[in-house]
Amino acid sequence: MSDARLKRVALAIGAPALALIIAFAITSLVLILAGDSVIGVWQQILSVPDVRGVTNILNAATVYYLSAVSVAIGFRMNLFNIGVDGQYRIASFVAAIVAGEAWLPGYLNTLLALVAAVLVGALWAGIAGLLRATRGVSEVISTIMLNAIATAVVAYLLRKAAVDAEGSNITATKDIPEGSWIPGFSLGSDAPNDVYGFIVVAVVVGFVYWLVINRTRFGFDLRASGASESAAIASGIDVKRMVLVSMLLSGAVAGLVGMPILFGDAHNYGSTFQSGLGFAGIAIALLGRNHPVGIALGALLFAFLDEQANPLQILLDVSPDIVKITQGVIVLTVVIAYEVVRRYGVRLEQSLVASALADDDTDDKGAEVKV
Amino acid sequence: MSVMTSSAGGGTEAPAKKRRITLPVVLLAIAGVFVLLSALRIITGVDELSSSGTLRATLVAAVPIGLAGLGGLWSERAGVVNIGLEGMMILGTFGAGYFGYFYGPWQGVLGAILLGAIGGLLHAVATVLFGVDHIVSGVAVNIIGLGAVQFLAALTFSGVPGGGATQSPGIDDLPAITIAAISDPLGDLEGRNWFVVSDVAALLRALVTDLSVLTLIALSLFVLTYWVLWRTSFGLRLRSCGESPAAAESLGINVIRYKLVAVIASGAFAGLAGGFLAMVASSSFRDGQTGGRGYIGLAAMIFGNWRPGGLLAGAGLFGYTDTLRLRGGGETIHGLLLLVAVLLVLVAIWQLRRGHRIAATVSGVLGVLIGVWFFLSESVPDDLTGMTPYVTTLLVLALASQRLRMPAADGKPYRKGSAG
Repeated sequence: MSDARLKRVALAIGAPALALIIAFAITSLVLILAGDSVIGVWQQILSVPDVRGVTNILNAATVYYLSAVSVAIGFRMNLFNIGVDGQYRIASFVAAIVAGEAWLPGYLNTLLALVAAVLVGALWAGIAGLLRATRGVSEVISTIMLNAIATAVVAYLLRKAAVDAEGSNITATKDIPEGSWIPGFSLGSDAPNDVYGFIVVAVVVGFVYWLVINRTRFGFDLRASGASESAAIASGIDVKRMVLVSMLLSGAVAGLVGMPILFGDAHNYGSTFQSGLGFAGIAIALLGRNHPVGIALGALLFAFLDEQANPLQILLDVSPDIVKITQGVIVLTVVIAYEVVRRYGVRLEQSLVASALADDDTDDKGAEVKV
Repeated sequence: MSVMTSSAGGGTEAPAKKRRITLPVVLLAIAGVFVLLSALRIITGVDELSSSGTLRATLVAAVPIGLAGLGGLWSERAGVVNIGLEGMMILGTFGAGYFGYFYGPWQGVLGAILLGAIGGLLHAVATVLFGVDHIVSGVAVNIIGLGAVQFLAALTFSGVPGGGATQSPGIDDLPAITIAAISDPLGDLEGRNWFVVSDVAALLRALVTDLSVLTLIALSLFVLTYWVLWRTSFGLRLRSCGESPAAAESLGINVIRYKLVAVIASGAFAGLAGGFLAMVASSSFRDGQTGGRGYIGLAAMIFGNWRPGGLLAGAGLFGYTDTLRLRGGGETIHGLLLLVAVLLVLVAIWQLRRGHRIAATVSGVLGVLIGVWFFLSESVPDDLTGMTPYVTTLLVLALASQRLRMPAADGKPYRKGSAG
């Protein structure tokens, strides 16, 4: 590894680290201005989580990961799927209905529900894809609208399909039979809670995502269309078709987002089903630069911050919302750091080439440049 | 990143006959809308469709969307896509709540503008100075705005009498204007249920009864924006930064400075929109008050083809559908179904005459389906009425987006000296 290359690798690792430090500094500043205990907050957030905490972090990260991969598929094609939120909620609802009806026994039922979730997610995203490909409607706007429409549709259907639990005012779908649950595993014998079994599926999804994007003709077409639409058209790629297909794929993965919760924890879809996962996914996809491993790290970081901030209210009377500021700032600082590093890298390369050329001139050799 | 460009772009646009939108055309269009509404009111028997109460509520619902859209307009005319409007609006609601409660209503307005502008500054620094992708920065601003406001609200309002971690105590009202001498006779006229006449009376009455000063200010900001952006050299330079920054720079314009000013102004408008929600549309700050109106404002601006007049029409449309849902609920929206069905069938016929078979079939089938829904049901379920403004947005964009043209360099990062 040459000296310059070493420098570049150091920069690539240094950028996110620097971004994190800046984000922490800004959060501290907010805490100081608010008159809260800065040291106390960081002591809590940066403490080592117990087994229960680690399990919670892994579970939350699994969900975030799927959401972020879904967003990343769109990003690779220059599409902003802001509608992951609506897609996963409507897909989870349908999956909960299908699984709750238990038309098939055991895991066949689970499989059927997963297929239904994937299809519904893809379909819901497909509306935005179709509008973009045929009518030129910006997917940013249409997916936001579809999120709101999904909320209304799910609320309406939930009221129709809900079974009333005794003495509770929570409306929810029928419980999934226990034989169709996806079992989890525990970290150590004294762990009070289980890690979602679905984490395996999330890892597989991440691997398939990497494989398809980086090792197939389709993935190449996708990246090409994302990088330069005109060049893609010139090389014979049907960009409109790619828009539709990548929206469908993104929606299909979005359909899986709610599944770990549905089959590992909630076992039905109710009015309290977790929402807002799609927006976290956008931030995490940006953080991980659309790379499956980067996204995994980002998902873990976000889940870690969420989990560690939870007790802040009780311990220090500080609102846990403080980490949302941290998370938002991280997104911004990471992107800025990458951009600054990219510009620096370009300059570095330019000066390298320039000095190499100058050397060549004095040595009077060929104009070959070693980079 | 050219995220906002339509994939249909790149083709040559038909220059055949470009109709100028002149004052008579606008007036005719408004008259047409009134005749249509009036007819719909009489056919369906739903009086709420054009009562002065509905129209007044429409104004209150449309102003925050319109202001957010104005924010989008300033920013995008200078070439910066601003999806962070929502976050800036959230900051504005808190600014109004904080300064409004502790200092007074006018200070609340200024506080909303200030906090929104801070959000704008953040977006401006990230996109203009550091060249961050505009949508990425916008998403980050939304996350930061929401988190900061939730944190600050819990900090300032919990323990305050009448307030809590998610809401402020009541804020004093801004002055409102009622001209009773005109309002009362118009009320009489409205009550007669005459075709068109009563509807116009209802509109005029809505404008002279209990009209908040802030509504007036907001409406004048539309005029001001038009004048500044299209009638001054400052506006011309600002727009040139959105169309071709390289050309602008070659003419000696400080592109970076214009972009910074535009995006900060954009944040101020969005902040004012949030302040309007907290102070006029309701009387206190609440968490989640914006409800995605920043995004709808952006959609209204796109619908309005990046022009203030069109934006106003878009905001009015969204405000109107949102109001109908709140006032009449299912039955009023049910009345609207007939209008949508008829309009879609008309679009189908028009598309067919232009030879667009697929578009004609799609709108025709949709129109017939909605018509069947209208005749087979008595009312739209309450849960579903919530999606009216969003479905309207989608429908309108699907029908109109191919005729829209965004600023040429909108959303493209720009670096000083790239004129080459």
